[in-house]
Amino acid sequence: MSISSRLINLRNLEGGYISISIENGYFTNSNNLTSNEEDCSGLTIIPGLVDLHTHLREPGFEDAETILTGSQTAAAGGFTAVSAMPNTDPIADTAGVVEQIYRLGQTHGICDVFPIGAITVGSRGEQLAEIRAMNTSAAQTRIFSDDGNCLSSAILMRRALEYVKSFDGVIAQHAQDPQLTVDSQVNEGVISSRLGLKGWPAVAEEAIIARDVLLAEHVKSRLHICHVSTAGSVEIIRWAKARGIQVTAEVTPHHLLLTEDLVENYDPLFKVNPPLRTQRDVEALRSALVDGTIDVIATDHAPHPIERKECEWANAAFGMLGLESALSVSFKAMVESKLIPLPKLIEKMSVRPAEIAGYKDHGSIEVGKPANFTLVNFEKNWVSRPRMSKSSNDPYLGMTLPVIVQATYLRGRKVYSRNG
Amino acid sequence: MSQHLLSISDLTKLSALHILDTAANLAKATETMMKKLPTLRGRTIVNLFFEDSTRTRISFEAAAKRLSADVINFSAKGSSLSKGESLKDTAITLQAMGADGVVIRHPASGAPKRLADQKWMSGSVINAGDGTHEHPTQALLDAFTIRERLLGGEGDLRGMRIAIVGDILHSRVARSNILLLKMLGADVTLIAPATLLPVNINNWGVDVSFDFDKEISSFDVVMMLRVQRERMVESFFPSEREYARNYGLNSERLSKLKEKALVMHPGPMNRGLEISADAADSIHSVIPEQVKNGVLVRMAVLYLLLSGEQL
Repeated sequence: MSISSRLINLRNLEGGYISISIENGYFTNSNNLTSNEEDCSGLTIIPGLVDLHTHLREPGFEDAETILTGSQTAAAGGFTAVSAMPNTDPIADTAGVVEQIYRLGQTHGICDVFPIGAITVGSRGEQLAEIRAMNTSAAQTRIFSDDGNCLSSAILMRRALEYVKSFDGVIAQHAQDPQLTVDSQVNEGVISSRLGLKGWPAVAEEAIIARDVLLAEHVKSRLHICHVSTAGSVEIIRWAKARGIQVTAEVTPHHLLLTEDLVENYDPLFKVNPPLRTQRDVEALRSALVDGTIDVIATDHAPHPIERKECEWANAAFGMLGLESALSVSFKAMVESKLIPLPKLIEKMSVRPAEIAGYKDHGSIEVGKPANFTLVNFEKNWVSRPRMSKSSNDPYLGMTLPVIVQATYLRGRKVYSRNG
Repeated sequence: MSQHLLSISDLTKLSALHILDTAANLAKATETMMKKLPTLRGRTIVNLFFEDSTRTRISFEAAAKRLSADVINFSAKGSSLSKGESLKDTAITLQAMGADGVVIRHPASGAPKRLADQKWMSGSVINAGDGTHEHPTQALLDAFTIRERLLGGEGDLRGMRIAIVGDILHSRVARSNILLLKMLGADVTLIAPATLLPVNINNWGVDVSFDFDKEISSFDVVMMLRVQRERMVESFFPSEREYARNYGLNSERLSKLKEKALVMHPGPMNRGLEISADAADSIHSVIPEQVKNGVLVRMAVLYLLLSGEQL
């Protein structure tokens, strides 16, 4: 028996009216579907969003988020696929752990959870993890990162880049020179000096990116730069791309909208790594997204229990929630400010990340493909507050944001609906 | 304005001078009426120290007691991090005990601000030094001392040339002093190796020099900062000897000072490193007076905040 439905009066990204049909979880052309017809007036269909940088906290930190609550949060943000960073406990550095994460995601069935594997054992930067075992596991891991820790050893970085070539894998680098950022708290500059918080200088990110693009060029491998945060990094990546180096880069919604002056009151809600930077950096990041130097927007959704934020700045955890607000914040930063048209934004949040990660079932609305999509109301505003996440560290709390995610569908099944 | 004193930037020039004038009046009052005033009888002040600092703690304790307040010393060293009680729970405890004022010393910059901003407790918060951020009462007592010694005990500090020498980068004393001295009209010159100066120092509206000898005879006040020996291990400077040679106040530099120039130090001193013994004990030195004035200025701050006057 086939399960089928039909959504009518939808708008597409070009503004035209369309209807779509779904059969057995796939987009179909067939018109003989009568059972479930839904009027979607006022809503726009976009391919399900794809996040290359998510912290789901399970296993090990289930007080902050679980694969279930993280999947629900993702769906509420319009995501149909997320990439779970490996800094769990245990670290996702073996086939066993990545398979467990992948299977839990599939079991819940709310969002596809693709684990990112650690590059090195325990993400300690000393010895390569069993990368190929993770790749050939059920999780089919293709992206590897020691996120949270920068892989600072040049020789290990070289080896990792070479090693993943055999299966077209990607090394995703958290670019942060560890020696230049011991105990660093906020962007190094006027504000860090005044507040007496240890500075996190832009050069600590830029120096690693410069080294890594050269290594990627030397070994002809694929490098992905996580959460680019500085104007200088943008220039280096632009240069690398012009040289034909296989580098891709992501920027977070918060680095596109927020600046370092928010740390003025020492509220750790704004403590994030890499730190919020200057307006000049924000503008450079936005331009880089416009001209393609930065390929995608990725959330770096980083839930933390309340006690890790309700404390002194230096003792608080780094990280912000991001999944539920990503589309709204990115829309505000890029589309409302008339820097890019809406279809381009969706490309940056769905099409392109799916390509980079090789998530073939995501990032497109095409007959014959799994029906992974999101219905969005681009006319309405909402007041930000975390609704699905187990954590509450939302830097946009109380802020009026544009764009409401109305419903999210995974393989044709409605996994999230704003009206319950 | 504020019911707290967290940073010099909470003050205006007017309110800063009001604190200094109040301290001067309290000095007279304590002289004529013996040491104790009944002003804060029945009020409770908690000294909440997350970091060792005998000097600052006893100075606040003496100040509170001279105003007849009840003083509770709450030493919470090491309890700020994971192993112990959170700042929030400590604050809730203090609220339950009915603290009217909390004097907080904390290794994390901004901890007093957090305590004041969150509604965990309702008392006044006085920053007694937070991380590498600020130490406002130290700056106030320094300004008070300069005014008493060089300006007849009144007015602002216009025309004074003041050098602050040493580890500016990690110094909360320097941050508060720069803000207050500038507010009161003084010219401030920071003297340090570039490693011990914050980046963007050019935006601070102060002069910066890497050379202690260059203008040494032009300063009215030379404030020496404590240099922590750990900084050498972190390569902020190569050796104690090299630091002392370039940035220490030694007898040779002492001899070049203006006749009436003041030598100041917030203490505790590293004799032989940032200041030589003869400089510390010379006629230029007002270091013991700084300690004495510290009690007066803290009395003024406690009195003004707890008697309901907004700073």
